[in-house]
Amino acid sequence: MKNAVVAELARFARRNTLSALGGLAGVLIVVVAVAAPLLAPRDPLKADFRRMNRPPDSQSLLGTDQVGRDTLSRVIYGARTSLFVAFSAVIMGTTVGSLWGVACGYLRGRFDLVSQRIMEILQAFPDLILAMAISMAIGTGLPAVIFAIAITRIPFGGRVIRSVALSVREMPYVEAGRASGASSLRVMAFHVLPQCVAPYLVLATTHLGVAIVIEAALGFLGVGVPPPTPTWGNMLADSITALVPPWWLAFFPGLAITVTVLAFNLLGDGIRDTLDPRLSPAFLRMMAGGRRA
Amino acid sequence: MRKYLARRALYAAITLFGVSVSVFVILRVLPGDPLVAILGVEGHAQMKSADRVRIMADLGLSDPLPVQYVRWLGDIAAGRLGKSFFRGDTVSEQILHRGPISAEIGVLALIVSWLVGLPVGILSAFKPNSLPDGAARALSVFFIAVPGFWLGMLIVLASLFWFGYKAPILIVHVWEDPWHNLQIVIGPALVLGLAQGAYIARMSRSCLLEVIGEDFVRTARAKGLREGLVVMRHALPNALLPVITISGVLLGFVLGGSVAVEQAFGVPGLGRALVTAVIERDIIVVQNLVLLYAVIFVGVNVLVDLSYAWLDPRIRYG
Repeated sequence: MKNAVVAELARFARRNTLSALGGLAGVLIVVVAVAAPLLAPRDPLKADFRRMNRPPDSQSLLGTDQVGRDTLSRVIYGARTSLFVAFSAVIMGTTVGSLWGVACGYLRGRFDLVSQRIMEILQAFPDLILAMAISMAIGTGLPAVIFAIAITRIPFGGRVIRSVALSVREMPYVEAGRASGASSLRVMAFHVLPQCVAPYLVLATTHLGVAIVIEAALGFLGVGVPPPTPTWGNMLADSITALVPPWWLAFFPGLAITVTVLAFNLLGDGIRDTLDPRLSPAFLRMMAGGRRA
Repeated sequence: MRKYLARRALYAAITLFGVSVSVFVILRVLPGDPLVAILGVEGHAQMKSADRVRIMADLGLSDPLPVQYVRWLGDIAAGRLGKSFFRGDTVSEQILHRGPISAEIGVLALIVSWLVGLPVGILSAFKPNSLPDGAARALSVFFIAVPGFWLGMLIVLASLFWFGYKAPILIVHVWEDPWHNLQIVIGPALVLGLAQGAYIARMSRSCLLEVIGEDFVRTARAKGLREGLVVMRHALPNALLPVITISGVLLGFVLGGSVAVEQAFGVPGLGRALVTAVIERDIIVVQNLVLLYAVIFVGVNVLVDLSYAWLDPRIRYG
């Protein structure tokens, strides 16, 4: 069993070297986030007024900020917040959206029509602006940011999974289930839902990157997780308060965002190619929220 | 075609109605008392209740919610978008003054994205898996991943060091001083345009490759056409439709992204106004600007759908 998993992973890595690297980097970043207290050389919140605005040196590898906080430690702790927000938001939003999509695709009719209009309304807002408005309305703080980003992910799950459910519901085995008298709920849960797992995984991985960027942008604009919690976006926002921002404060948090997003995007591409190669181009279109054609 | 037009317009109208209701619900109903949202819990508590009642009445916030909603729509129809709570200017003034800058950035970004994305995509599809294709794909993967506002910050930083760049404080419109105006908008437009261009390159590559595999392309080749002609004349027009769609969808990125990118470049556009309003919790301004962004997004997507139906006679949706 164990060997089979390893063999499968090895095959994936051989076929998609880049995404395997992305996956590896992703796992590393998650490990860094989880083990932040062990890895961070200093307390990310502790100011040190003897060491302010220091460029990278042997004591603080990535320099210090305006109040002498260690940038490396803040980037490491920032991974915690960013990943926690992104994972929670994507899991919540994509799951709700996907379940909704299964219901739409299977039940069709008026329920589907109304649901589609609701998703269209949600998609009528640019992501970042919707997230800003929601987090403004329900107050700042970690839960508000997670909730706001999750809402923006719902229509993507809904659209993609709905189209999968629409095609699955016509398959003979689903019809057989219906014919044998199973309730709609049972057919959806045991016959349609399992078919949606693969696209769900692809969707979730792809949207992780988007969620990380939205979270960082909210922090950068000063409407995300409130300071002093170190997040990559907050650090970037802090850095430009200086008249001439020190380059290390502007560079490293952004690099962390880019590398993380890159890692998850590459992983997502590989998972898509592996789980459902025939979906690829059309899928890309739908993921971007494309119209039905 | 006319029937299709009518139906598309109807759906857009329903969407816009839903959008306005959700903006209203998100910004007026969710925070509970709008004065708490504006003043914060402490500020609200410090106020005398008579003052509270007077301000609520002044702002028209003490009427029942449906009345407020209908009045809001009526005001918009009459062109009265309300006033900032903290600043002297009205929302219409903000839009008229700052809007053109943001619109310019958006249009320029669109032009950049097509000018860069399409040729790169075609080049990639010409020789798939060659060295240029690999380079183009690596670049597009990079530009999709890198957050625009960070790229913007780095560009500003670099130009601070090397060219003594100063963030624009005043708005210079294109009809006042085109050269100065270009200096303000070119940075954000490039950053946003390259990110979109990456998607366009990716999309046009995959669509072109898909089309190139089809029979009519083989026929064109078989009759001895030059490869360049086969791709440009026969394959490309058929591959463009999805690229146009994605370009419309990407406008959402530009609208949302421009908010952060304007902040990074210090460009005083509409996005900056929205961010300021959100931070100051200036509900009336946020409400109207968010609606404006959504209306633009919906409008452009209707245009994209129409161009789609116009370009491809197969699509008339009954």
